[in-house]
Amino acid sequence: MSENLGKQRAYPMSNESNDSETTITAATEREVPEERRHRLTKSELRADRPTWCAGCGDYGVLAIYQKMLEKRNPPHEEIVTLSGIGCSSRFPYFVNTYGVHYLHGRVLPFATGLSVARPDLNIFVFVGDGDAYSIGGNHLEHCARKNVRMTVVVMDNEVYGLTKKQTSPTSPIGFKSKTDPWGSQIPPLNPIKKLIAAGATFVARSVASSPNHLMSMMEQGMDHNGFAVIECLSECVQFYPGAFDDTHPRRGGKFSEVPADHDIGDDAAAYRLAEADPPGYFGVFYREEKTTLNESEGERVRQSQRRFDGGRDSEVLERLMERLT
Amino acid sequence: MSQLSSQMQEGPGEVASPPGKRLEEAVLRIAGNSQDGIQSIGVMLARLAGRSDMEVMTYMTIPATISGGASIFQVHMGTGEILSPGDDADILVVFYQHSYDRHLPSLRDGGLLLYDSSHVEPDNEGLQTRGIKSMGLPITELTIETVGGSGKQKGKNIYLLGLLANLFHFDLGKARSLVEARFRKQGDSVVRNALLALEAGWAYSLGELSSEYRLCPAETRGVNKVTMTGNQALAYGIIAAGVRFGAGYPITPWTDTMEQLRQELPFFGGTFLQTEDELAAISAAIGAAYGGVVAMTGTSGPGLSLYSEAISFAVMAEIPLLIVDVQRGGPSTGLPTNVEQSDLELACYGAHGDSPRVVMAPARAEECFYLAIEAVDIAYRYSLPVVFLSDQAIATRIESFKMPKPDRCMQLIVSDRKPRPYHKPYPLDSVTRHVAPGTRLEDGAYPHVTGLEHDEYGYPSVNPEMHTAMTRKRHKKLDLLASELPVPEVDGPMEGEILIVGWGSTEGVIRKAVDRLRSDVSGVGGLHLRHLSPLPPGLTEIFDRFERIYVVEMNDGGRYGCGQLGRMLRMETCCPRIQGINKTEGLSFRVDEIVDRIREPRGAEASNVRESRQTASLSHE
Repeated sequence: MSENLGKQRAYPMSNESNDSETTITAATEREVPEERRHRLTKSELRADRPTWCAGCGDYGVLAIYQKMLEKRNPPHEEIVTLSGIGCSSRFPYFVNTYGVHYLHGRVLPFATGLSVARPDLNIFVFVGDGDAYSIGGNHLEHCARKNVRMTVVVMDNEVYGLTKKQTSPTSPIGFKSKTDPWGSQIPPLNPIKKLIAAGATFVARSVASSPNHLMSMMEQGMDHNGFAVIECLSECVQFYPGAFDDTHPRRGGKFSEVPADHDIGDDAAAYRLAEADPPGYFGVFYREEKTTLNESEGERVRQSQRRFDGGRDSEVLERLMERLT
Repeated sequence: MSQLSSQMQEGPGEVASPPGKRLEEAVLRIAGNSQDGIQSIGVMLARLAGRSDMEVMTYMTIPATISGGASIFQVHMGTGEILSPGDDADILVVFYQHSYDRHLPSLRDGGLLLYDSSHVEPDNEGLQTRGIKSMGLPITELTIETVGGSGKQKGKNIYLLGLLANLFHFDLGKARSLVEARFRKQGDSVVRNALLALEAGWAYSLGELSSEYRLCPAETRGVNKVTMTGNQALAYGIIAAGVRFGAGYPITPWTDTMEQLRQELPFFGGTFLQTEDELAAISAAIGAAYGGVVAMTGTSGPGLSLYSEAISFAVMAEIPLLIVDVQRGGPSTGLPTNVEQSDLELACYGAHGDSPRVVMAPARAEECFYLAIEAVDIAYRYSLPVVFLSDQAIATRIESFKMPKPDRCMQLIVSDRKPRPYHKPYPLDSVTRHVAPGTRLEDGAYPHVTGLEHDEYGYPSVNPEMHTAMTRKRHKKLDLLASELPVPEVDGPMEGEILIVGWGSTEGVIRKAVDRLRSDVSGVGGLHLRHLSPLPPGLTEIFDRFERIYVVEMNDGGRYGCGQLGRMLRMETCCPRIQGINKTEGLSFRVDEIVDRIREPRGAEASNVRESRQTASLSHE
C-alpha cells in the first residue's frame, strides 16, 4: 500500500482531469446551438422491430412516443429510454435512443440515480403494472415523494403477459388467470389514488387506443418539472383481450375525459375523481409545482462548494482531513 | 490529597522503572457506564497521543470487538506501527465496582490499576499477588470540587483525560485545544468548565507514577498524522477515488460512512442519496454510473444480500461500480455491532448466474483510504463491480496514520462526452467502455445497456456461441486482473514450518502471533491478502515452501476444517495442508488464541478456538 497507488488514471472513457466537468450541472438554461437542432425523423428513432403480439396496445404507446420525440425534437443524444422487466419493458430495444433494460421493479431507483447525477437528460421510463405497482411499488411511492424529474409511462394491461397470464395488482375481481383459475378475489390497486397519496406531482391517465389523448398526456408529462406519471391502459390481446373495450366508443364503451371544472391542484378532488367506477376518467388528475430532488440536491452542491471558494478537489480533501490531525 | 499516595502499592516482584526510562508501548483500558463519556475521552486521548511531543501511534477499539460490554474502550499507544488493540491492558481505569470485577482479569500482572475510590473497593491482597500497582482517587468528588456544585457526573471524563495526559507526559496545551474544539459548540461556560476539569486532572499528584509512563518518541516523529476510524478513512478514500455519486440505506456498522459522504460529497460537486432500501441504493448507484458519474453504494451484511440481483446486472451490463460491505456478525440480522468475516463467499459468488466480480479487503483503517482508490481504479479499468469488504473492527477502530497527500493520490475519472463517430458497447475483443448519455454518436445508432444476454451492440441475443463468448469475456477480466496483481509478500522467511494466512482486520494480531512464534518455531511466515477475488498469483509456490498453512478467519471452520478464505485457497492451490483457525464469537482474535492453537494442534475437526465449550450437540441419536 502506498499513497502513490491512486495517482491520476487515464481510461479510454476519460479525458484529462478537469475539475469543473466532474460537477453535476443543472438542467436549466442549457443552450443548444441552432445548427445542431437537426429535426429528428421517425426513421432515426426506429430501432429493432417490436416483438409484441399483433394488435398489442404497446404498439400505440411506442408510436406516440416516437411521434412526440419527433414533434418536440430534443437533442437525440439527451434522450434516455429506460424500462424494467415485462412485455412493455422490451420498449428500449424498439427506440433508437440511449436505452437501458434494467431489473424487474428497480428501474425507478435506477432512473433516480441517473436523473440526480445527470439532470441535463430527458429521462423516460416505460414499465408495466407488475413492475410499477407490485414488485416496484415501494419505489414508485418514494420517487413520487421525492419528486425526481422524469416521465414515467405505466403500460397497464391488468395482467402478467410475458409470463403468460397470471393475476396482476390491477386485475379486477373475478379475473380468471392461471394463478386464480376461479377468478381473482383480491381488490385491484387503484394506481391514481396510490400516486396521489404518495405525493406525485403529475398524475394522468390515458389509454393506448386514444393516440391524440395519450400524446397530449405524454407531452404534458415531459414538460412537467418533476415526477410525472401517466397511467396508460394498454390492452393485452393475448391474455386479457377486450379488457378496455369499455373505454372505446367504437366497441360500445365510453371515453370520459376529466371534467373541465376539475381543479387539478386539488388532491382531494383528484382522489375522489379516481374513485369513479370503471372505466373511470381520462386526463390530468393532479398537478403541482414543487421543488424537485434534482433542484434541492443541486442547490446543496452549490452551497457546499461555496464554502471552499471553488478550491480544487485535492485542496478541499486536505482541508477536511486536517481537522483530524 | 495526601491520602492518595498512601494508597499506592508496589507489587512485590515489580521493579520500578528508573526515571528517564521510556516505554515503547502501552495498552490502556477504561471501563465505566455508558453515560460516563468514555468513548469521547478515548477519541481525544487517541488524537492527543498523535499530537503530543512523542507523536505516538494509537489504535483504539470500542467494546463490541473485544469484550461485548457497552462502556469500555481500549487504546494501544506506541512508538512503532500499532496494529492491534493489544490483548491485555497495562493500565486499567475503572469507575465502578462492576467494571473492576469484570475487567480486572484483562489487566496484565504487574500492571497499573486506577480506580474511583468512591465506588470501588479493590482486593488489595489479590492485586499484590499479581504485582499490580493501584491508585484510587475520588474522581467524581474531585471533579465536582473543581467545576462547581452542580453535583452532576459531567466532566469526570475530562478530569480523567487531564490525569492520563499527565501520566503519559502529553502536552497540556494540545489537550486544551482538543477540549476547546470538542466543546466549542456548546458555549463558553461549557468550555470553561471542561478546561477547569482538564487542568485539575492534569495537576493531580501522581507521586512516583509520574515518571513511569513516559513513552518513547515515535519512529514516525515529524510526520503529519491523522487519527480517524476506518469508516472515516473509507469515506475519504471514496472521495479520493473520484466517486461523485453514492446511495445507501442506513445499517450498522456502515452508517457513519454514509452520513459522512452525505455531508461531504457535495463539497466535491457530488451527491449522496439516502434511498428507501438497499435495492434502490444499488440501483441508483448503477443509474448514476451509467450516466458517467463515478458511483458507489455501501451497506453491511443483510444489505449485501439485497444487492445480489443488481450485482448480477452490473456484471452482465459491465457497469463500473464500487460496492462497500462493512461486515458484521451473521447470518440474518446476526450480531449487528460485532465483528465477523463471514460475507466473503457472498461477496465473491453471491448472485445468480456466472457473475464474476472483484473482491478486495482492507487490513486496517489506513488501507480503507488507499484501497478504495485502487478498487475504483479496477472497476473502471475492467468495467465491472468491485466489492470492498471492510469489517466492523476496522470500521470502528481509531488509528493514527500518516496524513495522505490528496494532491498526489486523488483520482479524477471524468466522463468524456465529446461526439464520436460510433459506439459498440460490448465488443468481444476489448474491454467494454460505456459512453454516457449526452454523447452524440455521429452514425446515429444509440446503444443499449441491458441485463439480457446481448450481442456486441447491446441487442438481446440467445445465440449459443454469443452467450458462451460473452460469458467468457466477462470472466476473462478476472484472469487479466489476476495476471497484473503483484505476488503477495510473505512477512518473514520465504520458507519454513508455518505460514499464517489472513485477510481483513486480523492483520495486526497475526503479525504479533508470527513474532511471538518465532521464538520457538523455525521458519514462521505471515501472509495477508487484500485481493480475494481474483486471488493474487504465486500462492501455490508460496504454500509449497511451508509445511503447515493456517488460515486465520473470524468465520466458521465448516465441514472441511477451514473457513471461507481457507476453502477458496484450497480451490485455488489444491494444497491439502491448509487448515483453519476460526473464531465465531463476534470478537476479534487475541494474539494468544492464534499462538496457542498453533502450538497445540488439535486436529481439523477442532479448529474453532473455543468450539467445545458452548456447541450444542446436533446428533440425532
